[in-house]
Amino acid sequence: MDGSGHTTLAEWTTQDDAAFQAAVEEFGGQLELGYIGTVPEGQGKATHVRELPRDADLVIMRRPIAGG
Amino acid sequence: MPAASSEASLPELASVPWRQRTDERWLRRWGRIWGAWTVAYTVPFIAAGVALIAIQPLAAPVALAAFAHAWIIPELYAYRGASVVRPKGPRNEAGEPTAQGFLGDLLAHDERDLQRQTGLAMQRGALGIWLVGEGGALLVTRRRVHCFCVRTTDPELPPSDRVAHLLLALREDEQGFATVANHAFAGAAWRVRRRLPKRMRPALSAARE
Repeated sequence: MDGSGHTTLAEWTTQDDAAFQAAVEEFGGQLELGYIGTVPEGQGKATHVRELPRDADLVIMRRPIAGG
Repeated sequence: MPAASSEASLPELASVPWRQRTDERWLRRWGRIWGAWTVAYTVPFIAAGVALIAIQPLAAPVALAAFAHAWIIPELYAYRGASVVRPKGPRNEAGEPTAQGFLGDLLAHDERDLQRQTGLAMQRGALGIWLVGEGGALLVTRRRVHCFCVRTTDPELPPSDRVAHLLLALREDEQGFATVANHAFAGAAWRVRRRLPKRMRPALSAARE
């Protein structure tokens, strides 16, 4: 999620190793920028991930939150 | 799901290591403290006003001022609490439609409609029902509404993205979310409702149903 609403950073399938590797590199780059990886799980749940899960349908990179 | 690479606690907790984790007990305690605090700064003004009139009826204008203080100060605290969910910051209208669609994808049908109508995203949790805004959240419990000031660290995001950030963090770790957030106020729902923007009041009503 960014200033444009959201941007697709990478797409992959479980069978496509090259696409997944590119996505892993993009994921790592976003972590270095301070983003946090989150996998929405439906029914009001989400999981914080430190590594890109190959089998996730969607991984959202969000900024950290803080007390206002 | 990727259990090996995931964790249940919110990573932002590392920035507030001194805080006790916000759980039901913590909320009950702070609810009682806020209740006692309200009595402590209201009753003396009322007592002073009554005493003034009893001692000298001509002092009625001063007594009225004391009564006004007893009314205004709790209202100001409630206003402070309700203000956590008031729209604030840049609107970023160019990115907002995309962000609104993205946020809508995170919400169920009824919650999506409610968010579009009121600007607040409803999320049921173990601690109560949350109403998440752009820069804060209300936690509606059985007896009180707790107001939390919490925001994303990128203030330039479109409003709906700011809501989505908070919603995702809340879904990751509810108690962690409440711990990272600053607790601004706790009080009866009617006190908060009166100070909410009219557009947002149906969300509070829906949360209490």
